Amino acid sequence: MIRPHRKHSLWLAYILHRISGFGLAVFLPFHFYLLSLVLTEPDRLDGFLSWTDTPIVKFAEFGLVFLLAVHFFGGLRLMALEFLPWSISQKTLVALAIASAFLIATIFFLQVI
Amino acid sequence: MSTKQENIDVSVWRGDPHSGNYENFKVPAHESQTILDVVSWIQQNQDATLSYRYACRVGMCGSCAMMVNGIPRWTCRTHVKKVLKGKKLEVAPLRNLPVIKDLVTDMDTFFDKWISAEGLHHPSKTRLDPIEEIEPKSLGRVEINAGIECINCSICYAACDTVTNNSDYLGPAALQRAWTVYNDVKDADKQTVLNAVSGDGGCLNCHSQGSCSVHCPNDLNPMNAIAGLKRATATSFFNRKG
Ligand code: HEM
Ligand code: SF4
Ligand code: SF4
Ligand code: FES
Repeated sequence: MIRPHRKHSLWLAYILHRISGFGLAVFLPFHFYLLSLVLTEPDRLDGFLSWTDTPIVKFAEFGLVFLLAVHFFGGLRLMALEFLPWSISQKTLVALAIASAFLIATIFFLQVI
Repeated sequence: MSTKQENIDVSVWRGDPHSGNYENFKVPAHESQTILDVVSWIQQNQDATLSYRYACRVGMCGSCAMMVNGIPRWTCRTHVKKVLKGKKLEVAPLRNLPVIKDLVTDMDTFFDKWISAEGLHHPSKTRLDPIEEIEPKSLGRVEINAGIECINCSICYAACDTVTNNSDYLGPAALQRAWTVYNDVKDADKQTVLNAVSGDGGCLNCHSQGSCSVHCPNDLNPMNAIAGLKRATATSFFNRKG
């Protein structure tokens, strides 16, 4: 359960940013490893790429793009909040960041299925 | 008048610096009752040994803050009706500060950090110089206005998870104070302020979670002040060579 003093949109934005940042950090080493297969073992890479065509992997990709979009817009939100001195509109930015992230992820989702 | 007296179930944290637990009390409910009224009623009618702190009862002195149902609040200006969960209340000492006894916390670290953050006036003139004129609409003065209504209640400090995770972090109130000093044209030593707030326990620890600004009873925005210090720190970092 979320502790009572944390139940507000700014904290929600913070925790989304942390979880998505962590998720990306976990994903990136695998990503780089796979890219390296282009040079070292192209056959295995092709085999892997055909595996990525399965719906379940497509769905996982949706998750990844969602993480990146959340983190990207969350990061932009933070930098706007901290570096532009007009931050009364911070809450609107939170909403906007989440909404845009969701929009992009959904568009990606619709394209892959 | 209702014929049957309604009660509130109040669970109050009792203990010393080392251990403690919640104790339950039944307190008669009234119209326009504050959390401080409830705590005082317990102390006056049920257990005279209950320790708590207050002074002004009108939201000016900043001494009565406690955790109420998990949220830091000024108890003298918090109406029971606004925060009651079912018919239950849970009252505890402020988070992030050591407990002295029951609901009383030791606020020394909170105040010491104001000094560590250089939330002090560094005079630029003697009494023989004419008083500096401050244009009320000037940018610096507007920033200061947003920060000086702080009553030192430590609610923001109790709400801040960064304080919880890093005991050296100066915290929202001290940093906000430093931001007002930094913006004061009458202050002669802004570099000292900047050094104090950009060090290890300084403004760069803040993750802009905003719990300080959400819970400040005076609607101040320490998160915003800290963002100002971050900008000032960044600007001075990039200007260092030039
Ligand atoms: C797409 C562009 C990106 C932007 C604009 C961005 C922006 C930011 C910002 C501003 C923070 C500071 C948050 C804070 O103070 O709490 C942050 C934290 C973080 N980022 Fe990113 N980031 C980006 C990409 C990434 C990537 C690709 C990764 C994965 C390796 C990543 C992992 C993290 C982690 C683990 C944190 C710490 C989370 C935290 O402090 O709460 N970021 N990011
Ligand atoms: S900034 Fe607000 S919450 Fe923090 S000490 Fe001052 S009045 Fe209290
Ligand atoms: S915005 Fe910064 S100072 Fe305020 S509660 Fe969050 S981490 Fe603490
Ligand atoms: S008793 Fe002074 S602020 Fe509550």
